[in-house]
Amino acid sequence: MDTVQEITAALAEQFGDLKVSEFRGQTRVVVPRDRLFEVAEALHGRHGFDMLVDITCVDYLNYRDARDRFGLVYLFCQTVDGHRLTLRVFVNEPDLNVPSLVPLWEGANWLEREVYDMFGIRFAGHPDLRRILMPAEFTAHPLRKDYPLQGRGERHNFPVITRSSA
Amino acid sequence: MSVELPENVVVSKLDALASWCRKNSLWPMPFATACCGIELMATGASRHDLARFGAEVMRFSPRQCDLMIVAGRVVMKMLPVLQRIWQQMHEPKWCISMGACASTGGVFDTYCVVQGVDRFIPVDMYVPGCPPRPEQLIQAIIDLQDKIQTEGTTFGREFALQRRQQPKRALVELPIIGQLPTGRELSV
Repeated sequence: MDTVQEITAALAEQFGDLKVSEFRGQTRVVVPRDRLFEVAEALHGRHGFDMLVDITCVDYLNYRDARDRFGLVYLFCQTVDGHRLTLRVFVNEPDLNVPSLVPLWEGANWLEREVYDMFGIRFAGHPDLRRILMPAEFTAHPLRKDYPLQGRGERHNFPVITRSSA
Repeated sequence: MSVELPENVVVSKLDALASWCRKNSLWPMPFATACCGIELMATGASRHDLARFGAEVMRFSPRQCDLMIVAGRVVMKMLPVLQRIWQQMHEPKWCISMGACASTGGVFDTYCVVQGVDRFIPVDMYVPGCPPRPEQLIQAIIDLQDKIQTEGTTFGREFALQRRQQPKRALVELPIIGQLPTGRELSV
């Protein structure tokens, strides 16, 4: 099979505007949002990346030299040769829609729900985009940098059971 | 006038007798959510042997228990479950808050961790430690036995006392770092 360099070269040839970089043996590809699904489809079908390791997100609010607010991280693995590849997708408010990868990898379901819960990124085409960690009535997205560390008092918002009421 | 008692007969109060029976057969409900639960298991195991104090019958049904041991941090999503289990337990019932997290939130001063279960359910005994050693939990159970013996009544009148109701601190919202207390406006 191809090496990671050949795979990224083939990707860059197919989708002209990709930025490929390598750091300490790890390859990452920055993909524009509207091409994410096509690139992922090529990785999944043509290049045999059969495992989606993780989806997560970084909030770059107040980050030095950052130009975009949110940076999504997709980690893929090709289990036959052990290749690993990172995709980065940057999105900005107010349009936080990103195509869902659930049609390609079933495992993306809960990972995307987690990213939605924590950062408020909306995955278009997700079959069941609900909160996965926080309670359903929670309104904020707590891993955003503009959310206070101790919350906005949600953790104290419960009825109190006294001795005589129990 | 004195009454001669036959041998092997002791005179007591019904309250004291009921409390004596209750304190020596506590049935714990292990609400173990974190590493304190491991120490709770160790307390029940053979080396520390909670059976010496009559509290070894861990039941996972709240209907059969009279001592809830909250061992570990409680998050927002878990608190309604905790309250429901507490309400499902029959009177008389007691609660031990085991460890720093259950008592105060511990190091988890975050948006989702409840800062002490005593804000929302009544707690009789607090065990410090992270996690507490089994000896500390045993000490808490011994102290709780003393408490049951000294203030327990047959019909549970002590539970209606004002000081056994919700502690005052639970009604106060602690100020959140980086955010003004509610009701105070920012003056420019």
